[in-house]
Amino acid sequence: MANNISITVNGKTHTGEVEARTLLVDYLREHLSLTGTHIGCDTSSCGACTVHVDGKAVKSCTMLAVQADGCEVTTVEGLSTNGSLHPIQEGFREEHGLQCGFCTPGMMMTATDLLKRNPNPTEHEIREALEGNFCRCTGYHNIVKSIQHAANKMNEATA
Amino acid sequence: MIPTSFDYKKASSVEEALGMLGDDAQILGGGHSLIPALKLRLNAPGTLVDISKIDSLKVIRDNENSITIGAGVTHAEIAASDVLAQHCPMMGQAANAIGDIQVRNRGTIGGSIAHADPAADWPAVLLATDANVIIQGKNGKRTVDIDQFFKGFFETALEEGEIITTISIPKTAFNRNSTYVKFKQPASRFALVGCAAAVEMDGGSVKSARIGLTGVSEYAYRATGVENALAGKALNADTIASAVSGVTDSVDVMSDHYASEKYRSHLAHVFVKRALMNLSYSK
Repeated sequence: MANNISITVNGKTHTGEVEARTLLVDYLREHLSLTGTHIGCDTSSCGACTVHVDGKAVKSCTMLAVQADGCEVTTVEGLSTNGSLHPIQEGFREEHGLQCGFCTPGMMMTATDLLKRNPNPTEHEIREALEGNFCRCTGYHNIVKSIQHAANKMNEATA
Repeated sequence: MIPTSFDYKKASSVEEALGMLGDDAQILGGGHSLIPALKLRLNAPGTLVDISKIDSLKVIRDNENSITIGAGVTHAEIAASDVLAQHCPMMGQAANAIGDIQVRNRGTIGGSIAHADPAADWPAVLLATDANVIIQGKNGKRTVDIDQFFKGFFETALEEGEIITTISIPKTAFNRNSTYVKFKQPASRFALVGCAAAVEMDGGSVKSARIGLTGVSEYAYRATGVENALAGKALNADTIASAVSGVTDSVDVMSDHYASEKYRSHLAHVFVKRALMNLSYSK
């Protein structure tokens, strides 16, 4: 059965019909061609599909598109503004936070959720926040440094 | 993975949701148990009734003698609740031990207990709190004592066509002095063993104790043998060591490729001991 939904993704409202069984991640990738959000495990474990729904990090492989009707969704494509990188993107570049890059969008979306709740996380708090994001290159050490870089940068900007 | 086709109905009130529930319909809350099951096609309902947008189910209320938690309150919201941290610290500890932040942002307490996974955290915790579960059906509301709620493997007292609306946690001395400890299955982060303990002290001795266990047997249970063995005793390493010996006496301990019966049983002893020792330090 087709359902009419209206979802604001990265500030732009999309209205249209979807099948009820369409997962949010498939809606983003297949309907809106926003392929920055990745499908990794497809079983709510790996976090590659993490996006923000109404400002909170969620796994978009475990949410139906119809459930996001009326919601604000932010994907990795929505992080930069007017062509300038978000501090978290800059952090990943400066600190070599990505190797193959597959987990990177999900890592950045979880990290931005963390920094919103906790602008000065300890290393331990960062590692704990990344519990639901897997990096199979095992590059966690530099991912943590990238997030610390972003935290410092964001705190300087607001100081 | 894509689920089989189903109809989707979004409810804006519990009454409306009850009216939408018919043959072959299931309730969708946060979806963190149901959607994985739909994707694996372990479950293929004809209709999903979405109750996740019902505002009245998303409230934590601080009452005179209880704290009521709407069934649609997420694990993350429970973890962040000051009133629960004050009156029942094991609630926040358990909430933070579930999955990861993304899962905690979507998964709900009502959905978790309705699903009744034998390794879920909330069943053990709610058994220890002496909670009531308020259930609404077409013929009105009923209250189920948590001790009567979990009936078996993925089986509860919830009947067809009913919705859990609220979980009510009493404000008691034992809930104020409570803790949750868990040994996580490292991949799924479900509990291999989870123990919730709540102890009321009277002077130097235990007045009453409630201990809930999950992950050990086919459904969560109270270790009443341990509770009784502690009554009237001081809470220290010796009394705890002697009381925990019967923790798995009343149940069949599960065995699977993650943990043998012997190992799981060992973990149950260790984690009950650890929970009670945590409370002994805090006194």
